[in-house]
Amino acid sequence: MSKKKIIAFALCAAMTATTALTACSGGKSDASSKIVVGIPQDLEDSLDPHEAVAAGTKEILFNIYEGLLKPDETGELIPAVAKEYSVSDDGLTYSFVLRDGVKFHNGKPVTAEDVKYSIEKSAGMTGGQSLISAFSNIKEVNIKDDTTVDIVLNEADIDFPAYIATTTAAIIPKDNDKPATEPVGTGPYMFVSRSPQENIELKKFNDYWGEPANIENVTLKIIPNADSIVMNLNGGAVDMFARLTSTQTQQLSDNFNVLEGEMNLVQAVYLNHAVEPFDNVDVCRALSYAVDVDNILELTSDGKGFPVGSSMFPAFKKYYVDLSNTYPTDIDKAKELLAEAGYPDGFTFSITVPSNYQPHVEAAQVVSEQLKKIGVNAEIKLVEWNTWLSDVYSGRQFEATLIGVDASSLTATAMLDRFRTDADNNFTNYSNKDYDDLYAKLYTAGSEDERVEIYKELQKNLADNAANIYIQDMAEFVALSDKYDGYVFYPLYVQDFAKLKIKEQ
Amino acid sequence: MKEIIFKIKKNPELYIGAFISVIMILIIVCGTIFSPYDPNAMSAADKFADPSLAHPLGCDNFGRDLFSRLSIGGATTLFVALVTVIIGVTFGIIIGALTGYFGGAIDEILMRFNDAVLAFPSILLALVFISLFGSGTWKVIISLGIVFVPSFARIVRGEFMRCKYLDYVRSARLMGAGDFRIMFVHILPNTLPVVLSSAVIGFNNAVLAEASMSFLGIGVQPPSSSLGRMLSDAQAFLFSEPGYALLTGITIALIVLGFSLLGDGLKKNA
Repeated sequence: MSKKKIIAFALCAAMTATTALTACSGGKSDASSKIVVGIPQDLEDSLDPHEAVAAGTKEILFNIYEGLLKPDETGELIPAVAKEYSVSDDGLTYSFVLRDGVKFHNGKPVTAEDVKYSIEKSAGMTGGQSLISAFSNIKEVNIKDDTTVDIVLNEADIDFPAYIATTTAAIIPKDNDKPATEPVGTGPYMFVSRSPQENIELKKFNDYWGEPANIENVTLKIIPNADSIVMNLNGGAVDMFARLTSTQTQQLSDNFNVLEGEMNLVQAVYLNHAVEPFDNVDVCRALSYAVDVDNILELTSDGKGFPVGSSMFPAFKKYYVDLSNTYPTDIDKAKELLAEAGYPDGFTFSITVPSNYQPHVEAAQVVSEQLKKIGVNAEIKLVEWNTWLSDVYSGRQFEATLIGVDASSLTATAMLDRFRTDADNNFTNYSNKDYDDLYAKLYTAGSEDERVEIYKELQKNLADNAANIYIQDMAEFVALSDKYDGYVFYPLYVQDFAKLKIKEQ
Repeated sequence: MKEIIFKIKKNPELYIGAFISVIMILIIVCGTIFSPYDPNAMSAADKFADPSLAHPLGCDNFGRDLFSRLSIGGATTLFVALVTVIIGVTFGIIIGALTGYFGGAIDEILMRFNDAVLAFPSILLALVFISLFGSGTWKVIISLGIVFVPSFARIVRGEFMRCKYLDYVRSARLMGAGDFRIMFVHILPNTLPVVLSSAVIGFNNAVLAEASMSFLGIGVQPPSSSLGRMLSDAQAFLFSEPGYALLTGITIALIVLGFSLLGDGLKKNA
């Protein structure tokens, strides 16, 4: 063996050892760690956080951008670009103190100027329309000093911090004139490149102010065809895919862990209280007693899903009260209530269901079958999504509809506001004086704890009056290759790649 | 015996088609009448049950007996197709007879209108009617019926135009028979063979049209079953439970094959 060969051999051995060592220390990041995540659509609308509208785009931008505040996985708002904030006594001025040493992906520090520019751009004050309607309430954004920015509102809004925490209110550098194609943010991942209809490359941002990401490179692979998702996963082309159906997960190989989370919506038979017989609370209660939620879950999703009893889903931990047992299945009691309400022989009504949502169509069939037991004949009326929006949601021309209602922002009001008598989006025409009075108290409540109590009372009011036949927060499934770990579910429509890590061997 | 074989050899389509159709109708009628199960009764325990003595074809995703559902679904599909064809043939004969026999301005107007309707693909036209009137079994029947009128009208009109100068019509007229007597007593029976074979083919198209519309979710509404509706439900389980889609598909294919052969055979005989 010549000297050269020995050296070469030694080098090889050393390199192998290094690789082996790094592999052992998995969990930490190294320059080569990567994950391929499948997403169902390209980020076509815009990479500018203030312009992006699609939920599928925003859930990715969540990793690139941050607002002054951001949501954590429990639904709490935590400080991000801002270190802390305070509200004036009249609730009109929000004063945000910027965190030291927060840098943009281009290496420049975040200044008060950038914050003012971003909020004004997001609020549509520099032209264009804001995607957050509540931002029309912003009167002015003032730079108090180098690290303090005041946002002044026209009217007090207790939910304002929740809007500030959305991606749509993200902080971007003032000097980036191409935010739609060359996004620069402050998040744990920075944008590298995008090949339309193919993939998007993200890279870990090393100067991130908080806990840095674990995996160096994230590739988002676009798989628009739902039928090929399982093939891509099983074939190893993709390591992770979120929001699969129960049927899809059953076809996955053993190399995948299927994580079960919640869709963060309330699936229910929403009743139109302006039409007979749903103006009678006994009828609503009778229907709630007759519907067997466990049976629905068993038949439509192999028992997966989280029964709920009011208009709030479990992920909103702070506000959620478990009311799923308010109406245990009891056919005799249901019949009794129906007879008392003057419908001893039952009645006929129609459930309108948007035909593009297969899970709702299936649940409606089970509900219809269950209601036959108390002599109530529920006819299913399938309509197109646009017809549903115009007739049911806007026009309120329906008797009952089976649908999932979700929260547009991280606030309890997003779920509960719609049951106020005068609410614009009160499509169920629910009108209850106690509810309205309770709701009005929210504005005068002194502390957050007091408000949480009121939110809980509001949920109980809906449950007691059987405002709707509540079914479940539907289960959602995430397939993650068994090489990775650390997936977290959020009570919002986001994917957090920064917490993913390579499993310890 | 020889004669029978000869007949079958001469027109095998007719006999094979009739055989398949009769068998399918018998199965569907028996399944609908004698089925021990409520086709809508759900049971979590029987979800996707394998074929057994209790459930000869197994169960679907709601644990409903598949044989009962295929029977009742087949019955719905056949019923929709039958009524559709009856509507189409009845109005087709009336319009075709009037225009073909009298000709003139009415003929021109009605036939141009007819051409306009024929120019649209029938499913598209039915979709328009459905979006105007809403969905549901009877609305599907009516919209498909309307869509089927023009093609029958055209066929009947052609037959009437061919027949109206024939000798037997002339002699009937000489004997003083009125126009309507000539049309419906003398000419109509002579057009029947052609009308019958096109009605059978039309029936086939109606089966397929109903299946497509229900598959698209605008036809028969759940929980009522029809073959197209079932196929659309089965689609989600194509990989995990292929039997569901396969059985439904085979049922549609057999019905269509039977009536298609029958139609061809009738045409040959006519």
